[in-house]
Amino acid sequence: MAIASAGFRELRLDGMSRNFGTLNALKDISLTLRRGEFIALLGPSGCGKSTALNCLAGLLSLSGGAIWLDEKRIDTLKPEERGFGMVFQNYALFPHMNVRRNVGFGLQMSGVSRPEIERRVDEALNVVRLASQGHKLPGQLSGGQQQRVAIARAIAVEPPLVLMDEPLSNLDAKLRLEMRAEIRRIHRLLGSATIYVTHDQDEALSLADRIVVLRDGEVRQVGTPQELYRRPLHADVAEFMGFRNALPGRLVRREGEEAEVDCGFAGLIRGQAVDVAGERVLVAIRASDLVPLPDGPINAEVTGLEYRGEAYYGTASEPAGAELFFRTEMPLAVGAPVRLGAPAERTLVYAAGGVG
Amino acid sequence: MSASRRPIRLALADRGIDGVTLLVLPAALFVVLLFIHPFLYGLLLSFTPKEGGWLGNYTRFFSDPYMYGTIWLTLRIALPVTLLNIALSVPVAMQVRHMKHQRLLTTILVLPITLGTVLVAEGLLNYLGPQGWLNRTLMLVGLIDRPIRLVHNYWGVFISLMITGFPFTFLLTLSMISGIDPALEQAAATLGARARHRFRHIVLPLVLPGLAVTFCLAFVDAFSVFPSAMMLGAPAGETRVISFAAAQAAFEQYDYSYASAIAMIMAAVQFGFVGLVLMARGLFYTGPADGGKG
Amino acid sequence: MESALERLWRTLVWAFVIFLVINVIAMIAAVVVNSFGTRWLSSWLPAAFTTRWYVSAWKEFQLSDVLLVTFQIAGSVVVISALIGVPAAYALARRDFPGKPLVMVLFLLPLLVPPITFGVPLATVLYKVGLAGTMWGVIVANLVPTVPFTVILMIPFIEQIDPKVEAAARVFGAGTGRLFLHVLVPLLVPGILAATLLAMVRTVSMFELTFLTAGPSSQTLVVALFYSVFAAGVRAGQSIDAMAVIYMLSTLIWLVVALRFVNPTQIVARVKKAPA
Repeated sequence: MAIASAGFRELRLDGMSRNFGTLNALKDISLTLRRGEFIALLGPSGCGKSTALNCLAGLLSLSGGAIWLDEKRIDTLKPEERGFGMVFQNYALFPHMNVRRNVGFGLQMSGVSRPEIERRVDEALNVVRLASQGHKLPGQLSGGQQQRVAIARAIAVEPPLVLMDEPLSNLDAKLRLEMRAEIRRIHRLLGSATIYVTHDQDEALSLADRIVVLRDGEVRQVGTPQELYRRPLHADVAEFMGFRNALPGRLVRREGEEAEVDCGFAGLIRGQAVDVAGERVLVAIRASDLVPLPDGPINAEVTGLEYRGEAYYGTASEPAGAELFFRTEMPLAVGAPVRLGAPAERTLVYAAGGVG
Repeated sequence: MSASRRPIRLALADRGIDGVTLLVLPAALFVVLLFIHPFLYGLLLSFTPKEGGWLGNYTRFFSDPYMYGTIWLTLRIALPVTLLNIALSVPVAMQVRHMKHQRLLTTILVLPITLGTVLVAEGLLNYLGPQGWLNRTLMLVGLIDRPIRLVHNYWGVFISLMITGFPFTFLLTLSMISGIDPALEQAAATLGARARHRFRHIVLPLVLPGLAVTFCLAFVDAFSVFPSAMMLGAPAGETRVISFAAAQAAFEQYDYSYASAIAMIMAAVQFGFVGLVLMARGLFYTGPADGGKG
Repeated sequence: MESALERLWRTLVWAFVIFLVINVIAMIAAVVVNSFGTRWLSSWLPAAFTTRWYVSAWKEFQLSDVLLVTFQIAGSVVVISALIGVPAAYALARRDFPGKPLVMVLFLLPLLVPPITFGVPLATVLYKVGLAGTMWGVIVANLVPTVPFTVILMIPFIEQIDPKVEAAARVFGAGTGRLFLHVLVPLLVPGILAATLLAMVRTVSMFELTFLTAGPSSQTLVVALFYSVFAAGVRAGQSIDAMAVIYMLSTLIWLVVALRFVNPTQIVARVKKAPA
């Protein structure tokens, strides 16, 4: 394959920050990206992930810090001098140019000869499987095809780094799964380092080599998808990663990582202390891990049940009134009392207060 | 077909015609009666001259250099002013679109349009006059050593058309350029296009069709220049514009037939230019200026 | 980051903008200053300031009569164009019917064709039916561009009201008349006000059509101003400028109020948006 990523060893963000007036949209972001790595910036809307991407692309200037590509400082360069490829959220295809001219635009700008442009546009269109659509205008393409053109345009210049800004958010659910597989395939094929912004944890988990969770402009956690899924380091990251149950309680015993927490239920909850300081804690459990057990520590009353094929998912209210989310193989009657429990290795204990 | 078995009222409603649609009628009839009808009436009237055959008015106009010369005199003012206004509007709009207090500037610029040509002409008579502030300032800074003549000639009309015409073309251009999705230029930048190339390959092709329409509107407006040509120009000489000739025929000679013929000639020149420009416009991309779904 | 050439270009563009703005402001200021000056010959400012030109202009040009006529005409024009323009805009915003593009062109033409071009034949027709020279003739002539202007301006205002609001009103039993009165009109007030005020500004400053159709007793302020300038020498220049200042006030008041509802770009851009 002739299209390949131009090489670099590492891209280093060194205390990157950006203010809008008095708002600190990005605070002191430091991160190192290795060659060929696929990194997802994950976070809720307003967390600064798009700001971070725009700073990397050069569309926004930094308020502080620096960006290094190997030994070269690039944050002072204009976007057109950085040579990165970018896929925009609304694709930003040039509406007055046909697909071939869109894809070849970057090559034309860098003064590549015409036959060479034609050859590389053909290759890029082959990679995204759009070889037959070259002469159409973007307006004549479907959403998924526009997305492919946007990707082809970004990779045609053989950038050392591809930036993607929520590229799938404008597609319907089925197309989104298809394009996710497509993006993974293209990344395997070309091996270009990629930074991918999304608010969808499934996308991040399925695509990324490493995930960076952002919140309020700060990095909360960096880790592999497995690390993030199994062991979020903070209560707010846990909540974002799908730990829907967050029960406040008091730490009564701790030995290494093993902790026992009194949440005011019939029994004590056993779990793993991840980030604990002091007595007041928060217990985080996924809905799929919280199941009815005859001797489960949590006593509650079923308030609702919905069937989701592989199992039932229910809500229950505990004596103090908070809502719980649990999974059950057998249907339960609404209003019936239930005892719930979760495996200790998948019950995580965090310090209460602060963020959460 | 099922429609034929249904009440006619429902069949019409399916095609979008019901009581609500009829609300358009009074306004539409009004425009037909007082815009289309007078135009056609004027057209017919122009073919029934006071003397001569049915083309009498037109042969009279085109055989009198003093009359057909007005077309050239008007074009000589209207075309350069319009082109200059558009040429200036584009770079100014490119800068102003990122400006913070844009509204202050647009409000100041909308003033001459609102005040109208008569007041602008009156203001310029004073301001551009031999003792006016402009000449005084130019003399003060030493650019000239005696007042230059800027009123009661070609330049007076030219400047007044710039003062009223530039804001018009500028505000239209600004709204078009602001309508271009900023992501398009950002995308071009990440692909290595410098500011100059972004303008040439992205912005310009996208606004060109709109600029063509702007040119038509501004040109038609400038070509029908009337009060400022009389007040600031030399209505008997180098700014004897065609609208003045028409008004003279109507109100000094009371020859409505001839006046109508002149108005029709004026409209023909205007439509002719507009037609040419719109034909050329068809060669460009004219779709929406955004980058995809969004 | 920025090359010297780019900076020079930017500076040049801004210099032009500033030059233009200064000229516009100075041109208006010259009128105002002159109207308050006693004698203003070969100096930067008049010798002394006075308000007597306003008194003499008021008397000489019979401004109380002219102002009354101006606002009677402008008032009638905006009320009539709102009454027939808003319903038409509603129909165009809510219904797709065969021939709709043609109707749109019909409403756009009077805005695109300059008034002097259609004013001559229009005045001819009005003379034939005996309306020209009367106040009603001026009103009718001014309605020709104002009705389409109101229609075109109102369409986007109506389109942005969710049709479901109307559907809801109908479900609760409101007929077309009551729907208009109780649901639409209150929602449309800002739009109607904007359209009305802008139509007001256009009518007060509409020279060509009024000039072509007005008689001595149906002149508006702008036509009176034109005649007094054109017959300059008879009257004192300061007196004419005093009239010009009064005219400016009579248009700008409406503009200032209108700008609370629309932004300046919309004043010219609305017209363009529809055909593109």
